[in-house]
Amino acid sequence: MRTCAAARNPLERAPSMTAHLHHQRLAALFAAALLLFNFPLLALWDRELTVFGVPLFPAALFFVWGVLIALLAWSMERTQR
Amino acid sequence: MLSAPLLVGASFAYLLMLFAVAWYGDRRARQGRSIIGNAWVYALSMAVYCTAWTYFGSVGRASTSGVWFLPIYLGPTLAMIVAWMVVRKMIRITRTYRLTSIADFIASRYGKSPTLAGMVTLITVVGIVPYIALQLKAVASGYAVLTTLPGEAVAAAGPWWGDSTLYVALTLAGFAMVFGTRHLDTTERHEGMVAAIAFESVVKLVAFLSVGLFVSYSMFDGLGDLFARALAHPELRPLLALEQGRPFTYEQWFALTVLSMMSVLFLPRQFQVMVVENVDERHLRRAAWVFPLYLLLINLFVLPIALGGLLHFGPGNTDAEAFVLSLPLANGQPALALFAFIGGLSAATGMVIVETIAVSTMVCNDLVMPLLLRTRRFGARAGGDLTRLLLLIRRTAIVGIMFLGYAYFHIAGEAYALVSIGLISFAAITQFAPAALGGMYWKGGTREGAMAGLAAGFALWAWTLMLPSIAKSGWMDTGFITHGPWGTTLLRPEQLFGLTGLDNLTHSLFWSLLANITAYVAISLWRTPSAREISQALLFVDVFERTASSGPVFWRGRAQVSDLQPLIARFLGEARSQSLFEAYARDAGVARIDQIKPDAQLVQFAETQLAGAIGSASARVMVASVVEEEALGLDDVMRILEEASQLRAYSHALEDKSRSLERATAELRAANDQLKSLDRLKDDFMSSVTHELRTPLTSIRALSELMVDDPKMDGQQRQHFLGIIVSETERLSRLVNQVLDMAKIESGQAEWHNSEVDLRALIVKALDTTREMFRERGARVELHAPEHLPALRADPDRLTQVMLNLLANAGKFVPRGTGHVEVRVRSDARGVTVDVHDNGPGVPAEERALVFERFRQGGHGVNRPAGTGLGLPISRQIIEHFGGRMWLEPDPGQGACFSFNLPWNTQKNPPAPAEAGGGDTP
Repeated sequence: MRTCAAARNPLERAPSMTAHLHHQRLAALFAAALLLFNFPLLALWDRELTVFGVPLFPAALFFVWGVLIALLAWSMERTQR
Repeated sequence: MLSAPLLVGASFAYLLMLFAVAWYGDRRARQGRSIIGNAWVYALSMAVYCTAWTYFGSVGRASTSGVWFLPIYLGPTLAMIVAWMVVRKMIRITRTYRLTSIADFIASRYGKSPTLAGMVTLITVVGIVPYIALQLKAVASGYAVLTTLPGEAVAAAGPWWGDSTLYVALTLAGFAMVFGTRHLDTTERHEGMVAAIAFESVVKLVAFLSVGLFVSYSMFDGLGDLFARALAHPELRPLLALEQGRPFTYEQWFALTVLSMMSVLFLPRQFQVMVVENVDERHLRRAAWVFPLYLLLINLFVLPIALGGLLHFGPGNTDAEAFVLSLPLANGQPALALFAFIGGLSAATGMVIVETIAVSTMVCNDLVMPLLLRTRRFGARAGGDLTRLLLLIRRTAIVGIMFLGYAYFHIAGEAYALVSIGLISFAAITQFAPAALGGMYWKGGTREGAMAGLAAGFALWAWTLMLPSIAKSGWMDTGFITHGPWGTTLLRPEQLFGLTGLDNLTHSLFWSLLANITAYVAISLWRTPSAREISQALLFVDVFERTASSGPVFWRGRAQVSDLQPLIARFLGEARSQSLFEAYARDAGVARIDQIKPDAQLVQFAETQLAGAIGSASARVMVASVVEEEALGLDDVMRILEEASQLRAYSHALEDKSRSLERATAELRAANDQLKSLDRLKDDFMSSVTHELRTPLTSIRALSELMVDDPKMDGQQRQHFLGIIVSETERLSRLVNQVLDMAKIESGQAEWHNSEVDLRALIVKALDTTREMFRERGARVELHAPEHLPALRADPDRLTQVMLNLLANAGKFVPRGTGHVEVRVRSDARGVTVDVHDNGPGVPAEERALVFERFRQGGHGVNRPAGTGLGLPISRQIIEHFGGRMWLEPDPGQGACFSFNLPWNTQKNPPAPAEAGGGDTP
């Protein structure tokens, strides 16, 4: 009986481990987004430059935003299975 | 300009189309083929967040403060990153306890308090009415922009019956009534409405992007050109930077982000589509990133449109909010302007429909019903079907909210820009965040704490943001803003306690949230939570650890089915109640409803069903009025919880036990089957052996008897007979030896004398031994082997036995005179393979599988060659003992080809035959 219980436990633990990893990833992404969208990292973009004719600040905001969405999509869809 | 009939006609045609989409969605839902059970539709329905405020207001904001429209959309992105934790929990709680609105959610968490539910509803109504007004204002001003000639003043408002906004409001109210309150549903789900909202989200996105592309690429020569011209303009240049000379820039930015992050979670319409209307929790996975992507796309062209408008009409244009419409119109694109107007209409109507449905549910369940149910006429002891009344209240509430919005639009709407109205609403909704989030993650929050927090936050919001905005609209004396009430400068609403420097919104948000959180936490910590609070706290905070059916039921008392069923019927209808109880009876395993055991489970079931219809607070009151219940103490709650978790542990243990029993049974059955087949094999073997022994014995006996009976037999004859007897005896002893050999190998008692073996030399020796036999049959033997083979570790005598066996076998079957046997040796990194290929008749397909079985000899009847039928099985056992494999080549061309393969055995002790056999399959 004891061996049965021992055999079951790792199986049960495996999905919760990956779930934890998923949650940790999301938490890390949240922290990163909070930092990127606030002082002082946000101030780094606030300068008089243009990227392909678009002023740096709005361009950077949209770019960072897009990257965050892509990472979020990756993290969400990856664990879909 | 566009003609008014065209515009009105197009708008109503669009609204009709919405009706059609919603009708189709409802029809499909009734047929059980839902079109909203899809992550994409779910994500699109969440985009109801983008209202007319986004559509028109963002451009207006961008034209005065550049990128400052963005935090309102970055906040939701932040919220969506943690949606899998937070929103999923909200969905699970709402689904499990049949909650139907944000008011219900908060009230249910703090002990199903009717007062709290009413408070949340009131705050919502006060906070949301301006927001609805904003939508109507957007539609009305859009209409005005499109129907007036440029430069001409907007026509003076006609009589009230000529006001198109009124008709828009009425149509929307009708829509909300038809698709929001057609029937009572205990889950408050509206599939048709969701389908229409998702459709509207597509329309508004496409329309806004079309205008954006038109402005950027048709009016200007691409984004580069547009921005270059804006940068060259001294008045527009600052719009593209962050600071723009504001103090506390980053604090404001952060405040807006937090504000919108909370709003996207707790706005009634967001709660409705995101939580209540959610079909499947897993849809959140996709929606969590598609919704932010939608926000990104719809904001992509806000700045270009704003700058384009300012460049086109000249800076200082006050009507920037209508740029989406006026730019295409001024550039000779009336069709695009009409499409843009439809997009704006989409944004406005979507918001109004969902918001009024959500708020009407709250008003009905949490304001009107608790009051009605206290009266004698509708109270707990009264009878009568109330379903129609419920629907009537909701419909009235929808119309009421719409008219409040319409009135606000007429009275105060002109004074403020869209964005300011929207932000004031957001700030009101954010007051729910501490109580709601705290309730989901902290078990210590109490009813008084939540009420104190809400009250403090709401009061400060009203004082610092709402009242000043009303005063500035000219409805109040603005003296209290500049001098403070009664001349107390410390209490000036926009510089409370002398806090200056922040903008109004950040200032208000700071004070109201500070007061809200402080009051919530401090009052919650003041006393121990009551039994009811702690039980609800447990159900909310630990919702993922239990399901509705297996969770603890915090109730004790006496109930009767005959009391509960009519109560449900009053609010859900007779037929629905009957079917619900029948389903419950089926699940409980009893045949009739009156056999249902009236226990705590049943009471919880009834209360949950009722909660779906009238809210958890009213449901609690109603159920409590028809059953006799005992008040639970904190100890009781803890005991029930412990019992439930013990029960769970027991059932887990039981499951474990039955699983392992099943496993053991299966193992035993398999072992039994194996034993049976072994037994059968043994019987077969015995009968084969005895049969093989009998044949030579019979001939020996017959010849001996002949010689005994005939003493006068001539010497030559006798000599011949004796010769046969000797050879038969040899055959007998060979057979007995082989059987013994086989038994030894199988039982693992055979002796193995392993040493380094040179396989080539061994084969050459075997060929020498059999040379005579092959010569006799006139057969040719060829050996193809590499000159040098690495040494094998094996028993050379045994391997010689195998080789001799295979060669003898080949020699037996080759045709006389033209026989040809080929021995090939190949080696690779893993081991060495030996083929013995003859040109005999080969092995028929049907016998291939049997050649390695004992006593199966090739050939038939007369031409069956001499042999014991044990040679191949023994050879195979030997090869397998050395970790190798022996097989019959399936398609060797002509003749038969027996092959074996031996790994370069470096182990001192070769593995046991059984293991090795299965282990080395190529």
